Amino acid sequence: MSSTATISPSDLGVIPSKAEENYLKHDKGILSWIFTLDHKRIGLMYLVSVLASFALGGFFALAIRAELFFPGPTLITHDQYNQAMTLHGAVMVFLVIIPGIPAALGNIILPLQLGAKDVAFPRLNLMSYHLWVLGALFFIASLVISAADTGWTFYVPYSTTTPTAVIPAAFGAFILGFSSIFTGLNFITTVHKLRPPGMTWFRLPLFVWALYSTAVIQVLATPVIGITLLMLIVERIVGLGIFDPALGGDPVLFQHFFWFYSHPAVYIMIVPAFGVVSEIIAVFSRKEIFGYKFIALSSVAIALLGFLVWGHHMFTSGQSVLAGTIFSAITFLIAIPTAIKIFNWVSTMYRGRIHLDTPMLYAIAFLWVFTIGGLTGIFLSTMSVDVHLHDTYFVVAHFHYVMMGGAITSFMGGLHYWWPKFIGRMYNEKLARIGAILVFIGLNVTFFPQFLLGTRGMPRRYYNYLPEFQELHQLSTIGAFTLGIGFVLTAIYLIQSVRKGPKAAANPWGGTTLEWQCESPPPYYNFHDTPEVNRGPYDGYQHLKFDKEIQGYVPAE
Amino acid sequence: MISNLLASTATDASLPKSPPSNDTWMPIDASTFASHVDGLYDFLFWLSVVAALSIYGVMFYFIVKYRAKSREASEVGDDVSHHNTALEITWSVIPLLFCVGIFVSGFKGYVDLRTAPREALEIHAQGQKWKWLFTYPNGHVDSELHVPVDQDVRIIIQSVDVLHSLFIPAFRTKMDAVPGRYTDLWFRATKSGEFPVFCAEYCGTSHSDMIAKAVVHEPGGYDAWMEEIVARLDNMPPVELGKLMYDQQGCKTCHSVDGSTLVGPSWQGLWGKTRTFADGSSAVVDENYIRNSINDPMSQVVQGFAPSMPTYQGKLSDKQINGIIEYIKSLK
Repeated sequence: MSSTATISPSDLGVIPSKAEENYLKHDKGILSWIFTLDHKRIGLMYLVSVLASFALGGFFALAIRAELFFPGPTLITHDQYNQAMTLHGAVMVFLVIIPGIPAALGNIILPLQLGAKDVAFPRLNLMSYHLWVLGALFFIASLVISAADTGWTFYVPYSTTTPTAVIPAAFGAFILGFSSIFTGLNFITTVHKLRPPGMTWFRLPLFVWALYSTAVIQVLATPVIGITLLMLIVERIVGLGIFDPALGGDPVLFQHFFWFYSHPAVYIMIVPAFGVVSEIIAVFSRKEIFGYKFIALSSVAIALLGFLVWGHHMFTSGQSVLAGTIFSAITFLIAIPTAIKIFNWVSTMYRGRIHLDTPMLYAIAFLWVFTIGGLTGIFLSTMSVDVHLHDTYFVVAHFHYVMMGGAITSFMGGLHYWWPKFIGRMYNEKLARIGAILVFIGLNVTFFPQFLLGTRGMPRRYYNYLPEFQELHQLSTIGAFTLGIGFVLTAIYLIQSVRKGPKAAANPWGGTTLEWQCESPPPYYNFHDTPEVNRGPYDGYQHLKFDKEIQGYVPAE
Repeated sequence: MISNLLASTATDASLPKSPPSNDTWMPIDASTFASHVDGLYDFLFWLSVVAALSIYGVMFYFIVKYRAKSREASEVGDDVSHHNTALEITWSVIPLLFCVGIFVSGFKGYVDLRTAPREALEIHAQGQKWKWLFTYPNGHVDSELHVPVDQDVRIIIQSVDVLHSLFIPAFRTKMDAVPGRYTDLWFRATKSGEFPVFCAEYCGTSHSDMIAKAVVHEPGGYDAWMEEIVARLDNMPPVELGKLMYDQQGCKTCHSVDGSTLVGPSWQGLWGKTRTFADGSSAVVDENYIRNSINDPMSQVVQGFAPSMPTYQGKLSDKQINGIIEYIKSLK
């Protein structure tokens, strides 16, 4: 990385907008939003849509947990439960986590971190968003007609025989796939072509590296789920016979196709989270990230290795012992770079000067829960242990620790970190810290008991259960409602900050990546003059000093 | 709803109950696999506890020790190296060694789980919505899995409709039932007693009620049970045969006999009633109605119920259907 001696404080100052209006006020009227080509407006629309979907998915989650407070039928019927379980999974995966960090946060931040005026293809970017809305409408159509009850995995032959509206849901996911592919293409091109003068690959912020790796997976893996879902739809309509054994097809083939996408998709969800956490920990420790190159390149390595482990979802599917063995071995290989990243983040804190503002609280929560999520992954990649744990609550707990605990926690961290940049106003820090703590407690109380449930043999996707599992289920439900309260509180203070929050400085946290050299909220064209980069992304904390007047950092004279 | 809440807390005597376990995390161990799986699980558990607590410990130590005083002070981290080859190699190699060891151990156990001995008692298990049926070497079909203790048992698994998965937590084993192909699992039970058998692969409406019982017999007990049940089936009055079919064939998963409504209508007081169907037509419950409901359930879905009953065409003999009709007659 470049030596800090060459940096002068003025390299870290705000690049003036020359009196342009900021992007929020640049144009007026609803159409100026719906048909905008501005990456920040598109990102903000994604953000609002993703958060609304999160509320919907969360509602289904609470319905599930409330029903499970007692064994036997209480609040909803068998079929309603199965539909809630399916929609919770499908909405959270396809509408929330996959687009959450890249399409919502990344859309706004990626060009800013590159000192660019927009993404490479602004129209394609708008089309991605419109396709997302269309896909979401198909999900809602399925919900209104007769919600699919297949689980988000759409396993055949159940999905080809159930009378519920599987086709709209599958077609919705098919369309969302295109949205995801276009975003990926756009981001890859943007990173290759729109870097400012002086920003070499190893001067890219780690969030950019993470988005880049994610984009590669999005482009390479998503077509597979697209074609698989299309085949499923054709199978349902005309009885094609690819998957249905009654027609000579093979249901295990579907599982291979499905996980060939859906395992890499796990990395579409978690790799951007690594990027967010890397940014936050460096800035709030006031210290350069430890092992920059490792973190950057391991994201790429994880992205590529992630294509070769899909069979670890299928140790009990009847696939051959040899295949299972190979998948298990590669899965263990992926565990190593993931573990090292955690060591790097913790080492970054060593002899730093740590600020515990809300984004950092979420980053610390991430380290806590992701460690548990990662370690329990080892249990599941160990084949003989997985045979017992597979399809039990242990798996449910594991992937919620990774997806909810990893991806959503870091999404929340990123949201709070960049919120002043998005909106130009600060939220109520005290309420935000309470919210973060409630979410952290709720998360652990909800999902930790589920490890025990699974170990004791409680299968997943169960509407009813044996009375011996009741106490742990009740604890889990209490945790889920704590989580719900935490998120409602978060929604309240964030909405309140839009109108009433104090004005945010350009650089409230003292970041050295380029988005902090842009005004808050950014002007329409981000940077009037393209910045020249002569330093690494985390160089120069010593050249920034906190100005109490504006509650933000300015270059030290 | 209140009555539902109360009913749900009452224990259903027909559901299996896991015997108390002497392990903190795992359920009772009743097969030869348990010592391997539980041992490896315990190792992973304690390894995880040590790893997690070390990471948390160091992290919280740093947070407390290097906490910034205030924003105003504009402090920055000390100028220490952000790269340390020796440290990075150490923390890469140690997890790698652990991973290799764990992988090998898991692999060995898995090969063992998946390789059935040549000489084993073979029982066929058939998954269907929403019950398990076990066929024994003499042709007897039962909804319960009966096996002798200390003897190798191989279960050959198939499904007639969608995916299911045969899961016996006490034996630490599970295998998917895939329509159109056979899969298998094996075990050697080490403790006599009754243990729950679950369906672990989502299969629709009553997936969570697809629970059976595994009964492990003391030496000699398995043969005695088999003799007794065969003798009983041969001379069974129709009503009793109907009751047995009700228990075995999955009827009870959706139809109560005490008037409460499950997925389908209750059988209590059903005989002679007039039923109105989803299309508005109606019929009186008689022999033909019941026979038709069993063989072609979609042709007469009663108003207010979901069309979710699978057909039993060809799966029940005339004698068995007659038994069910007599049993329903008896439920006044």
